[in-house]
Amino acid sequence: MTVRALGMTVVFSASASAQLGSFNPNPGPQGTFAIRGGRVITVSGAEIPNGTVVISGGKITAVGANVSVPSGAKVIDATGLMVYPGMIETGSSVGLSEIGQGAIATVDIQEVGSFNPNAQAFYGIDPHSAHIGVARVVGITTVVSRPTGGIISGTAALMNLAGDTPPKMAVVQKLALVVELPHSGFGGRGFARAAALQQGSNVDANRVRQLQMDSLRMMLHDAEAYGKAQAAYAADKTLPRPAHDVVLDALLPALAGKMPVIFPADRTNDIRDAVTFAEEMKIKPIIMGGQDAPMVASFLKQHNVPVIVTAVMKLPSREDDPYDVNFTIPAKLAAAGVPFAISTGDKGSEIRTLPYNAGMAAAHGLSKTDALKSVTLWPAQIFGVADKMGSLDVGKMGNVVVTTGDILEAMTDTKYLFIDGRQIPLDSKHTQLNAQFKDRP
Amino acid sequence: MTLRAFPAALALVAATAGAQQPAATAKVGPTLIKNATVLTVTKGRLENTDLLLQNGKIAQIGKNLSAPAGATVIDATGKYVMPGIIDPHSHSMADAINEGSLSVTSMVRIRDVLNPTDINIYRQLAGGVTTINVLHGSANTIGGQNAVVKLKYGKDLDEMLFPGATPGIKFALGENVTRKNSQQAAQAQGQPLRYPATRMGQEEVLRDAFTRARDYKATWDDYNARVAKGEKNLVPPEHDLELDPLVEVLEGKRFVHAHSYRADEMLMLLNIAKEFGFTVRTLQHGLEGYKIASEISQAGTGLSTFADEWSYKIEAYDAIPYNTAIAMRHGVVTTVNSDSDERARRLNIDAAKMMRYGGLSEDSALKTITYNGAVQLGIEKKVGSIETGKDADVVIWSGNPLSVYSIAETTFIDGEIFFDIKRDQAKREEMAKERAALEAADRRRPVVP
Repeated sequence: MTVRALGMTVVFSASASAQLGSFNPNPGPQGTFAIRGGRVITVSGAEIPNGTVVISGGKITAVGANVSVPSGAKVIDATGLMVYPGMIETGSSVGLSEIGQGAIATVDIQEVGSFNPNAQAFYGIDPHSAHIGVARVVGITTVVSRPTGGIISGTAALMNLAGDTPPKMAVVQKLALVVELPHSGFGGRGFARAAALQQGSNVDANRVRQLQMDSLRMMLHDAEAYGKAQAAYAADKTLPRPAHDVVLDALLPALAGKMPVIFPADRTNDIRDAVTFAEEMKIKPIIMGGQDAPMVASFLKQHNVPVIVTAVMKLPSREDDPYDVNFTIPAKLAAAGVPFAISTGDKGSEIRTLPYNAGMAAAHGLSKTDALKSVTLWPAQIFGVADKMGSLDVGKMGNVVVTTGDILEAMTDTKYLFIDGRQIPLDSKHTQLNAQFKDRP
Repeated sequence: MTLRAFPAALALVAATAGAQQPAATAKVGPTLIKNATVLTVTKGRLENTDLLLQNGKIAQIGKNLSAPAGATVIDATGKYVMPGIIDPHSHSMADAINEGSLSVTSMVRIRDVLNPTDINIYRQLAGGVTTINVLHGSANTIGGQNAVVKLKYGKDLDEMLFPGATPGIKFALGENVTRKNSQQAAQAQGQPLRYPATRMGQEEVLRDAFTRARDYKATWDDYNARVAKGEKNLVPPEHDLELDPLVEVLEGKRFVHAHSYRADEMLMLLNIAKEFGFTVRTLQHGLEGYKIASEISQAGTGLSTFADEWSYKIEAYDAIPYNTAIAMRHGVVTTVNSDSDERARRLNIDAAKMMRYGGLSEDSALKTITYNGAVQLGIEKKVGSIETGKDADVVIWSGNPLSVYSIAETTFIDGEIFFDIKRDQAKREEMAKERAALEAADRRRPVVP
């Protein structure tokens, strides 16, 4: 499919073409597969030089050196290949933003207003986004997709990168709340930010920030009270029935500590503020970004707060920073004992570079095994889904990648891919266009 | 440290950025790199090989070379040496990118706005980059003149400009020129619409400019012919700074590096060039180049593209990472570029991706970030591969540079070290002390708990 300019309808035709059709081939059925003879990197335990991984009914049913192949299994010969658990990208907005510039109808990433806890990424994700097919063929099987903007941006989802509808993709529909806490210093966030910038005074900016923080606190306290009222009514129906409120409802799991809260924060002040605020509100924080997290590593360790590091490939933010200041973030966090995952922080199209972000961290002090964990097991642990994914262990979801070599190397290719126990054809928009044009005379 | 602006911090930035510069050396002594795996790029891989850098050149390549008097000897056992990376599309060092007011700004020069102290130079040296092509932006159909620069951080700009590089000029086609994504915002601020707003207009701007340039050239040719015949008392034609560079393009003395995305706009440019009798040197980005690889190849035009960037705007929605491999298999001289201070630091990884997407060999992958870039900039006799007599622009890597686990350890340009990982570490300690002293001296510094 080409994107052609037809008179005045450039934007329209492109946005339509971005949403119509699907470049992502359908997954196969949940069969029984025996991947034999490969070098099995379990991540959770020792690697198995010549092992077998059996997937059946959507789950991993056997992993080991001496595993018998169930009758009727489709045997995958992985001799000379490597077998990994699927990688997990935790900093994306996959499916919410197809073409960032000039095709506004393909961007559903940010709701209107500053407080949208009830805006669920799940309902905006396009399962036919071309980004999905392109990302999964490098071995990314699962993503956290989150809304952005405002102050309470919405609710992120944990989605497998396979399935032709959002329900089929979803692993956890309501995974985490996203709170973009107003920045300390200039500007705050949300609607008031532009006004503060125009006023041009730090005092005004800080006042705006205080107002935003107060509004946020108020809303969370309202939700707390609302939750108590609902609980009281549930226990005693003679009480006046409190009205339902979908916005406040959406905050209850986070306030009950059942759902973590993602706080995008890069600067030390913002990281500290997020953690302090979370403790005040008794919510469970995850820092996302974490550019300056190494500077507050002991604080993060002390409060046991995990970090989604999206800054490995970012340029240093200060002219006098060492050239490798961001390449070394993961190594520094690992040394300090701060739990973390590595992410591209990309909305969707470039999440396929996830393995190279981890590889770059390994080139700069992180051990290779930790680098692999930072895109598999650790993100699963941070989001409380390590019982479902992140390593090759019996009982986990059949998210398995068979590669020609080290999965973090850029020259490595994928040979077989399984998501949710279904074999995924290794095809995407990019392989399709390659096939169409590579031999054009 | 917080990002507060206060006087001491400014002084600190200046002082510490300076501390990262290598000590100036009047004359560089010889260096013997021993026992490395040498990736020559043009002549394959040489195991357990020595490399002698002398008088700014690669003096010898071989086994068991003996060190000349005064040579620094580096044991590179287990390490790799490759030519310095060439980035054919950069905006580093440029204090201004676009002169976007007119549709034809061939009169402006990027070299006039280059900042030789840009810290990104150092960051790129640490990624094994030694030469960059600094281009004007893509705001207008015919943009400004480029500058090819050796990243000799700490030197004066005059010493950084690549001697003998063929002059070039930036052209641009497609969305950025039509300003479909920015025109509305500009109009809201009271700025008028700028012609051209479509690809139709872009063709016309090119045709008009080269028609004028051809007439201008004819006027001068006529004048020069009459002077040559000995005619006296002639009035010379008026000089035109806009058309002079375009005449150089017509004469093949200036390379056209044309920002372009969609196949149809590239084809339009190739046809215009053919009509006016010049060759487009490179299509920059050329994201849909794979759709017309034969036509690009037949035109003798090169392609300089992203490894795997796509989908960030409509005209990038059909970009595929197989672009490089398809173009190369059609005989197009192809490079992978950064167009970014960030990506420029890891072009080795971008090259490795080309092995995955389209199955390039190790040598072909390396060519996309070295030798082919040299060809595109007209400097292949001096740089781009490890051969005796070429400039000593080489990089020692901790392992195979195509591995994501490898890092550049020492970067030489003209035989002089401009980045060395051990020196960098040593400088950090000095900088930390200097920072502590400056911060202690700043009484207004806020106390961070």
